[in-house]
Amino acid sequence: MPLARRIIPCLDIKNGRVVKNVNFHHGTWDAGDPVELAAMYDRQGGDEVVFLDINASWEQRSATLDILTRAAEQVFIPLTIGGGVTAVEHVRSYLRAGADKVSINTGAVKDPDLINQSAEIFGSSTIVIAIDMKRRPTGGWEVYLQGGRTPTGIDGLKWAEEAWRRGAGELLVTSMDADGTRNGYDMELHQALANLVDIPVIASGGAGTLDHIAEVLTTGKADAALVASIFHSGQYTVDDAKQYLAAKGVPVRR
Amino acid sequence: MAARIVIVDYDMGNLQSVRNAFKAVGYQAEISPDPASVLHADGIVLPGMGAFGNGMRKLAERDLIDPILEFATGGRPVLGICLGMQLLFEYGEEYGGGPGLGLLTGRATRLPDTVKLPQIGWNLVEPVAAAHPIFEGLDQPYYAYFDHSYAAADVAPADVAAVTDYGRVFPSVVARRNIIGIQFHPEKSSRVGLQMLTNFGRIVCHSRSTLR
Repeated sequence: MPLARRIIPCLDIKNGRVVKNVNFHHGTWDAGDPVELAAMYDRQGGDEVVFLDINASWEQRSATLDILTRAAEQVFIPLTIGGGVTAVEHVRSYLRAGADKVSINTGAVKDPDLINQSAEIFGSSTIVIAIDMKRRPTGGWEVYLQGGRTPTGIDGLKWAEEAWRRGAGELLVTSMDADGTRNGYDMELHQALANLVDIPVIASGGAGTLDHIAEVLTTGKADAALVASIFHSGQYTVDDAKQYLAAKGVPVRR
Repeated sequence: MAARIVIVDYDMGNLQSVRNAFKAVGYQAEISPDPASVLHADGIVLPGMGAFGNGMRKLAERDLIDPILEFATGGRPVLGICLGMQLLFEYGEEYGGGPGLGLLTGRATRLPDTVKLPQIGWNLVEPVAAAHPIFEGLDQPYYAYFDHSYAAADVAPADVAAVTDYGRVFPSVVARRNIIGIQFHPEKSSRVGLQMLTNFGRIVCHSRSTLR
């Protein structure tokens, strides 16, 4: 029996509110209280909720720890938090505040041993490695840091494989070319990842229609789809997506 | 006085989320590492994530094994969740193996390597003993959230209350009179999980009124 494919609403949070950056750096709009939205997505059938803290530094994150604690009191699906994690202690404080999984991005590229250490202490299933990738003109993908501002020269697929081998429980991979466009996920990228690693991959970036979600969970071989703007804008509910997927024969939790 | 549900704190995983979920369905559960609290409870919950051997060692360090056994044999309700379910059995093979609490026949063995481990995600739970009060309102197969690499094996057939298929068909809920084990995380399984915790709360209240 295959596991249900997951639909994961993602909430970018800053200063205690949800924001969704379009194309990472162009205009933003405020989409509401993170805890209320997370509880709403639980009621709609969301399979997990991801919070990404986009504040600039760890010191600004006390509001986020508070959001996690409140979310854990009201939301009864797994909660993942990411943003600014550069040390085992950051993982610990997020887990203590109420997160079930912690996502690490830049911190893992700068110190890959952080993956091994965190997986050993807290278990692989609590550690999600988030990777932002951009297509290279010459083929393949490159890893970008700081929310997509800084190129690294690192090959995206090589880094994905290394993160898996170091103990990541899941990968959350965002195509920066697709993110915010609503033109569909980068199918080639997600297929390549699924053929490469033996852990679940959460596909992110590009959902504009329900068919895009279906496409990445079938042809794209992703285990889960991260979805933001089309849910936050009210264009579709999670249940709309689940109904659509079920009708297409994709195993989903209803 | 309301029924006392004690969540046994033996330093293995996130207990607050279990307490939050009980609170959401109207039960004030208390988190405690204290053997006396266990003995005076009306129902206990043994949650937990992590390795079997570590779990038993922590229970022993906190002098919790005998109180749990005394509590359970007195007929009061026990709910084991995830690792807490596995500890209810006679034996766990994780990291060289070792004895469990022995409240149920069976052992915890690793799921086959033919599937991705740990199993992390939503899988189908198919009740085979739907008449058990833990399934009240849940007679159809439903998805629940799993996070584990080991699962029960060689369980007495009469104790298997629900099964799930992942690499092999394993008991995802076991129940023998007052002893209940759930392999998945009801506290993270949204509406159906909260329903099971509601049902456990009712079982505790019922047991309290009949045992007194």
